[in-house]
Amino acid sequence: MKEISQQDEVKTNTKVKVSNLANTRKRSDYFWAYLMIAPTMLGLLIFYLWPILQTFYYSFTEWGAFGQFEWTGLDNYKRIFEDANLLQSFKNTGIYIIFTVPIGIFLSILVAVLLNQKIKGKSIYRTIYFLPVITMPAAIAMVWKWLYNSDYGLLNYLLSLIGIDGPQWVTDPKIALYSLIAVAIWSGIGYNMVIFLSGLQGIPKTYYEAAEMDGAGPIRVFFKITLPLLSPVIFFVSIMSLIGAFQVFDLIFMMIGKSSTALENTQSIVYLFYQHAFVLNDKGYAAAIAVLLLVVILIITAIQFVLQKKWVHYD
Amino acid sequence: MERARQLVTSKTFLIHFILILGSIAMVVPFLWMILTSLKTYAESIHVPPVIFPEKFQWGNYKEIFELLPFFKFMLNTLIITIVRTVGQVFLCSLAAYAFARIEFPGRNFLFILALAVLMVPGQVFLLPQYMIMVKLGWLNTLQAVIVPGLFSAFGTFLLRQFFMGLPKELEEAARLDGCNHFQIYWKIMLPLAKPGLVALGIFTTLWSWNELMWPMIVNSSPESMTLSVGLSSLQGQYLTNYPILMAGSFLAILPMLILFIILQKQFIEGIAVTGGK
Repeated sequence: MKEISQQDEVKTNTKVKVSNLANTRKRSDYFWAYLMIAPTMLGLLIFYLWPILQTFYYSFTEWGAFGQFEWTGLDNYKRIFEDANLLQSFKNTGIYIIFTVPIGIFLSILVAVLLNQKIKGKSIYRTIYFLPVITMPAAIAMVWKWLYNSDYGLLNYLLSLIGIDGPQWVTDPKIALYSLIAVAIWSGIGYNMVIFLSGLQGIPKTYYEAAEMDGAGPIRVFFKITLPLLSPVIFFVSIMSLIGAFQVFDLIFMMIGKSSTALENTQSIVYLFYQHAFVLNDKGYAAAIAVLLLVVILIITAIQFVLQKKWVHYD
Repeated sequence: MERARQLVTSKTFLIHFILILGSIAMVVPFLWMILTSLKTYAESIHVPPVIFPEKFQWGNYKEIFELLPFFKFMLNTLIITIVRTVGQVFLCSLAAYAFARIEFPGRNFLFILALAVLMVPGQVFLLPQYMIMVKLGWLNTLQAVIVPGLFSAFGTFLLRQFFMGLPKELEEAARLDGCNHFQIYWKIMLPLAKPGLVALGIFTTLWSWNELMWPMIVNSSPESMTLSVGLSSLQGQYLTNYPILMAGSFLAILPMLILFIILQKQFIEGIAVTGGK
């Protein structure tokens, strides 16, 4: 009898010990967890999360010359709807997106599919197509401006060889935006190609073997097997490309001069944001543009998520 | 059989033909940049164009250092890139480990907060970030570019995925040996998450080296300027002297080019990892 109770005592003792141990372990877990996330969370809070709220707040204010600002309610948002420049910038950005995103995705899928075949020199091709991805946009803009130069540029010289009188690529308001689009596509192919290539390599070989047994031609195989199985990757890339294209700035800033005749027809939403925020010291209005950009991007991303059910295949 | 082989060769030929055509379009701008950078001004504006300069004008490269504190720009960009990359990878991996491997109250809430940052376009942060820099008196200093770049929701998210994929047994064994979480993170998890760390490191390096808008906003004095901003200022001043402009551009991209050639595999895998999965 006594022995049994002693055993019980030992049991409860170990239980207490174990739960004590578990408690100290838990406490030590919490301590380390908070310590480890603290720097990043504080940094995100100060430099990213709080600024989101601040930008919302700024969008209801008007700024004076010395950094003082006053509450003006919805004035900035009313201004947005009367601002012809901003409307034009939305149009420019829209055209930029409509061309760069689909053409860019089409070309990078094409290159990825070709590189996924059994051919020699794959890694050399991959390296070459990837070069623009690692290159500074400022330098890309610089060299393309030079290639596009209407008097001494290589492009117009090459066109003259086949009897074409080349246009003024970056100063003609009708053409400049499309010249920018071409550069954007050129510099983006390599990035998306790499993502598509890793997507293609994830498609099981058995699908292709089965298709070959059925005697399907390469084009049929592409549309019936490759494209559907790649669709989740295409969806991901299209979302990321669209968000990126919405924020185009570097190319326009570098390639189109501040007093260029083509500026009106090329300036993007973010270019206008930059102008108002940091050149014109019109920070309240700039904040309203930033909020508008956020809302538009969220809406379009949400639409994409709804539409994806119609065309994206998940296994 | 003979026909089948012919079919295969003509298919390979077509593939190479398309890929080579594309490669030419990719490479010509770079070649033209290098060739122009070695021409005299007269050669650069000659019609029809001079393809190869009669004599390589290395002097253009010297001139860029005389026109601008180009060396200073390079040093600034290098410091910013290194500190940002090392700092961000370290801080993100710390947070990512905790989010992935430790259960603590508020974990989901805090993680969702971090994710919210990912959904927001960068321009939304810029104005308040600029105001913070003004208040701290950090305009025209390197830390103005470095400090906000030390924290990354994207990096935390990416590395968390990596840590979540590692087996639990490793950690249990280490805990029985009396290791605390930092020791487990440092000695066991970090080496195993190396592909993720490298991917994030490459991403941050590229971004820091090439970024234009934020450094331009906070650092406009030559003392603290980065290469991107330096190039854009060069364009305004020497609008037409393309040999000089091309020399500057080539120097600005050269370090990333060299790094890419050395770490090609890691670059491409890093992009595939950050983008595709």
